[in-house]
Amino acid sequence: MSRLESSLTLVLSAAPGVADPAVTEALPRVRVALGRRAALARHRLLRAPPGIEHAELKRLAEAIADPVAERAWVLEGQIPNDLPGTFGANGRFVHVALHHGLTDDEARSADRAFGWVMGREMPAPGFSAEDLWSVEGDLSDVELALVAAALSNPNVHMVARGGLPFALPPRRAVELKGSGAVKVLPIIGLDDAALNALSSERQLGLSTVELRAIRDHFSEPAVLEARAAVGLSDPTDAELEIFAQTWSEHCKHKEFNAIIDIDDMDRGEPRQLRALFQTCVRGPTEEVVKKLNARGQDFVVTVFSDNAGVVRVTPDLHLTLKVETHNSPSALDPYGGAITGILGCNRDAVGTGKGGGRLLFNTDVLCFGLPDATGPLLPGQLHPRRVMEGVHAGVADGGNKSGVPTIGGALIFDPRFAGKPLVFCGSAALVPRFYGEEPAWQKDVQPGHRIVTAGGRVGRDGIHGATFSSHELAEGQSSGVVQIGSPFLQKRLFDFLEEAAAAGLIAAINDSGAGGLSSSVGELARESGGMRLDTAAVPLKFPGLAPWEIFVSESQERMSLAVAPDKRAALFAMAAQRDVELADIGEFTDSGRLEVHHDGAPVASLDMHFLHEGVPRLHLQAVVRPPVVAPSPAIEGALGELLLRVLAHRDVCSREAFVRAYDHEVKGKTTLKPYAGPTGGAPQDAGVIRIRHNEPRGVAVAHGIAPHYGDLDAFAMAQGVFDEAVRSLVSVGARLPGAGGGTFDAFAGCDNFCVPDSVYHPEKNPDGYEKLGKLVRMAEGMAELVRAYEIPLISGKDSMKNDLRAGGVKISAPPTLLITMVATLPDVERVVSSEWKADGDVIFVVGQTYDELGASVLCRVLGHSGGRAPVVRPEAALARYSNMAAAHAAGLLRSSHDLSDGGLLTAIAECCIGAGRGAALQAPAGWGAAEWFSESHSRFVISAAPADVNALQAIFGEDIQALGRVGDGALTVDGATLATVQGLTEAYTTSFAPFDESASAGGAE
Amino acid sequence: MKAFVVTGYGLNCEEETAAAYRRAGAEALIVHAEDLFSGARPLSAAAIVHITGGFSFGDNLGSGRVFATRLRYDRRGGATTLAEELLAWTRGGGQLVGVCNGFQILVKAGLLPNLSGELLQEVTLAPNTPSGFVDRWVRCVAAPSPSPAFGGIPALDLPIRHGEGRLLYANDEIAAACSGLVPLRYVAGLDGRTTNPNGSTGAAAALTDPTGRVLGMMPHPEAFLDASLHPNRGAAPAVTGQPVFDNIVAAARDHA
Repeated sequence: MSRLESSLTLVLSAAPGVADPAVTEALPRVRVALGRRAALARHRLLRAPPGIEHAELKRLAEAIADPVAERAWVLEGQIPNDLPGTFGANGRFVHVALHHGLTDDEARSADRAFGWVMGREMPAPGFSAEDLWSVEGDLSDVELALVAAALSNPNVHMVARGGLPFALPPRRAVELKGSGAVKVLPIIGLDDAALNALSSERQLGLSTVELRAIRDHFSEPAVLEARAAVGLSDPTDAELEIFAQTWSEHCKHKEFNAIIDIDDMDRGEPRQLRALFQTCVRGPTEEVVKKLNARGQDFVVTVFSDNAGVVRVTPDLHLTLKVETHNSPSALDPYGGAITGILGCNRDAVGTGKGGGRLLFNTDVLCFGLPDATGPLLPGQLHPRRVMEGVHAGVADGGNKSGVPTIGGALIFDPRFAGKPLVFCGSAALVPRFYGEEPAWQKDVQPGHRIVTAGGRVGRDGIHGATFSSHELAEGQSSGVVQIGSPFLQKRLFDFLEEAAAAGLIAAINDSGAGGLSSSVGELARESGGMRLDTAAVPLKFPGLAPWEIFVSESQERMSLAVAPDKRAALFAMAAQRDVELADIGEFTDSGRLEVHHDGAPVASLDMHFLHEGVPRLHLQAVVRPPVVAPSPAIEGALGELLLRVLAHRDVCSREAFVRAYDHEVKGKTTLKPYAGPTGGAPQDAGVIRIRHNEPRGVAVAHGIAPHYGDLDAFAMAQGVFDEAVRSLVSVGARLPGAGGGTFDAFAGCDNFCVPDSVYHPEKNPDGYEKLGKLVRMAEGMAELVRAYEIPLISGKDSMKNDLRAGGVKISAPPTLLITMVATLPDVERVVSSEWKADGDVIFVVGQTYDELGASVLCRVLGHSGGRAPVVRPEAALARYSNMAAAHAAGLLRSSHDLSDGGLLTAIAECCIGAGRGAALQAPAGWGAAEWFSESHSRFVISAAPADVNALQAIFGEDIQALGRVGDGALTVDGATLATVQGLTEAYTTSFAPFDESASAGGAE
Repeated sequence: MKAFVVTGYGLNCEEETAAAYRRAGAEALIVHAEDLFSGARPLSAAAIVHITGGFSFGDNLGSGRVFATRLRYDRRGGATTLAEELLAWTRGGGQLVGVCNGFQILVKAGLLPNLSGELLQEVTLAPNTPSGFVDRWVRCVAAPSPSPAFGGIPALDLPIRHGEGRLLYANDEIAAACSGLVPLRYVAGLDGRTTNPNGSTGAAAALTDPTGRVLGMMPHPEAFLDASLHPNRGAAPAVTGQPVFDNIVAAARDHA
């Protein structure tokens, strides 16, 4: 890297009396790091490249500095001793700059502003946007290091620190030495040890069996002959990288396609399972789709074959749905990992078929370690609180800045998520069914079509992302995988793609995410049967990237397009008007080969059939143990006290403060918001959004996730999770397709499995057989409900290595299944919300309550581990859901809330809190705390006008039970007051420090 | 009568804003900002120009700042900037509206309140206190001002969705001159706890210029076009955000 000699810097800082949000956010972290309060100020630095005059920077300062809220200076050289806002000799500095090559969105905006103000282009490489923090106090070196750690992340930032005189570290330009060279890596004739050494040296992440298969392929005479024709023999660096990426767990889902020998101790006999994906995911879905189609319920369009699943939601619109995880990147850089997660998922929803979709909503389901955890951190581990804050900000920016409402989500805590958080990002988009005569959901890649990339440029960021996410995290992991997203760039790209697709200019589209061009163009090339591409034509962020890096880099905000030659000129003209960069980098062929060259020199020439089908199948072993059933715990304590403790528990209490950082109503169509009701504090079962402004049709989305049950019974957990998503939709008014009665809503699900390493290893993973056994039982439980409820899974993802190994310790995430489900609704105005509506309304519980307290919130509150996990009884549930649909259709429900964490009494309390109205209940005969807090599935608490009670009872018969009436300012059972509504609200909203904006932060590292 | 609903570069409320103008009887055209800068969509064709909410240029360098810099400085190869053109167009009777990010843009480009008649920034929308982006419904009340937008709407529930909405005046003189230019104020959050959700001076939620033809507001009237969008299902207030658009369209029609 060479040094850039300009020393001019434009400094911006908040004027006195104006808050700097970055300071507000950092103060608690610094306080924890130091163990005391310290005043903090931040100066934003725009460091100029050579070729900028002092007077120009002054002029720019006048243009971009806010005359009311900011102060600006142009500095030359070191920081003056009296820079306003710093603390002079009684202070220290921490300088924080992004690592070279990371997206610096703010600097690129400053470059544009410079161009407009000065009437000339900003010279390369443009500004660098950096932060100069000043901390008050005569801090020791050790203290200052702690503060610096609280203000930066070594995976993302370069940091300098010190006192006066403080010189800014020199700015350096990225200059790589690779410059187009292709390296040949001889593997023909290598033995296992040498193959493995090569794989680990190049971070390929390939197993011995896979390496042998690749070696043997390259050794075949026919292959040697074909490659000799283009001047190649042994594989190039690019070719091995392509195999590593294409054969990664992330891309090939090898464990979900493995043959598994199961020692089933539950059934008492061994059995074999041939590919979980086909047996438990795709197979059941195909059966269900066949049934639905036979009944004329033919709303399913595409399952598991594109970036997102596709269903028809109106006669002229499709909905695409995808849920992705971004766990490993979020562990290293919580903000960047989360924002690239949500933006990547958006690209999947938009990058389906011919593209051009408009995003309808986002969802986020987040699993973290305990944010108030104390105790030492492992090397390289970020404190769960820090992870939570960063992920939260990333999810918020990712959705808000893209103009996509976040309408659903969940938040789960467990110490076992402290190694890797689970960050599930979901997206749905609306796409026209046809562009002219062309079906928008079908890719149409023909030989001769041009390969066009659109959006961001390629840098070194994100190299090895696909292979990396397939590893457990280890100490000192390469940080080349960290990236920062630019929602602004992507929004511009999507606006353009919508116009271009509508004009019929795009034949097919694919998201450039994990695996980069290798994956996105490589997948499109399977449609035509081949590709030829020139890496020298790919626009780069900076020169000197090697061809293999260009081909596998995962730089964000890019899409790959197939474009008919006669549409190329129109597409490029439109892009120029929309400030979107395109590049024509090659053509699709039918040669059967993936061919890459760089300025004419061969980079790769691979047989596509072997590349995509040649990966050796895994053969794994699993042990299935029977569910844990322990005696139900003895419960001590008054009902009211227990209720307040459950409401205050981190897994139940209000997430409103957290959720309100997400824009959940941009687009003006969100009719059921995550929190609603007269005060805006009533938690809702599902998010509901209109499809178009001028019609009543809408879509509801809900989730199920409950990893705690999996500790007792993985099969029951998966079924509970599936049922939770379904009953949440039923609660707001959706009608299952299989429920009968003529009317139905289109239901479709998305499954996301996140499990710890489930491949046995005697030292590294001694309980691997049991972990895989749990995965098998989860998948089987889910499959059974797919069939029983007749709800297709249209998309999904598995993430297999959710472990952190550092300092001789391993933290493994509990096996987790997230079900995200959507249902169409004919009229969003008829949707029923959770909170009570009127005093005097009659309260009912719908469904049967069993002794199912295992892994319940009450047990967690009391520290019990006993009981049995709740199980789903599909037949009874289906009948009940059909009755709920009838009650909705008849307009009998004033409110409806599904029962989940914390059981019936908790749900009733939420209805009270949300409405600001109490409830007077009578306990059914024989009921105690166990019944009030049991988490039996498939139940609801509803309220109805007194005049409608008979009609309701006629629908439900024995399946509902009246509990009392809405009214007054307290929740009472049999005349005894459990708590006032005020008391319930306080317990629910103010107990858990991480959701209190003014609370102190944990997380010194 | 045409209403240009400006989008692009990260603005993102164009769909619902266009729906609102259509319901108010205007012909709403969603116009990419680039087409305004390039002149492909001349201002002369519009009676209303509405800059929507969103995150133009990712809020880099402060909300609305980069967009405003382009408005004020980009001479687009010719003699005038788009800000100069917009100012002349409002003097000719055009209704210029900015909501949320649009408000921030108008203020930072010097188009609002434009007391001096020059394109100079006189007020700002600073980071919220308490800090951070928040999506929350607030109760607002209208106050007398030259803006026609709130005629017949004494009180109104609307969502705010921003991190920088704290109206600050450059000095006391400007504050005094703006005292009759605040057509809408925050009264309380729906939860009854917060009275001023972002620390705005005098709880101001909106600002107009002395002619009443330029209006900026932080809450989103386009997010409350019908009762189903209010958080309190079944008991939503009768007044929605739609009359704000009806009033703006009526004012534009009166002029035309």
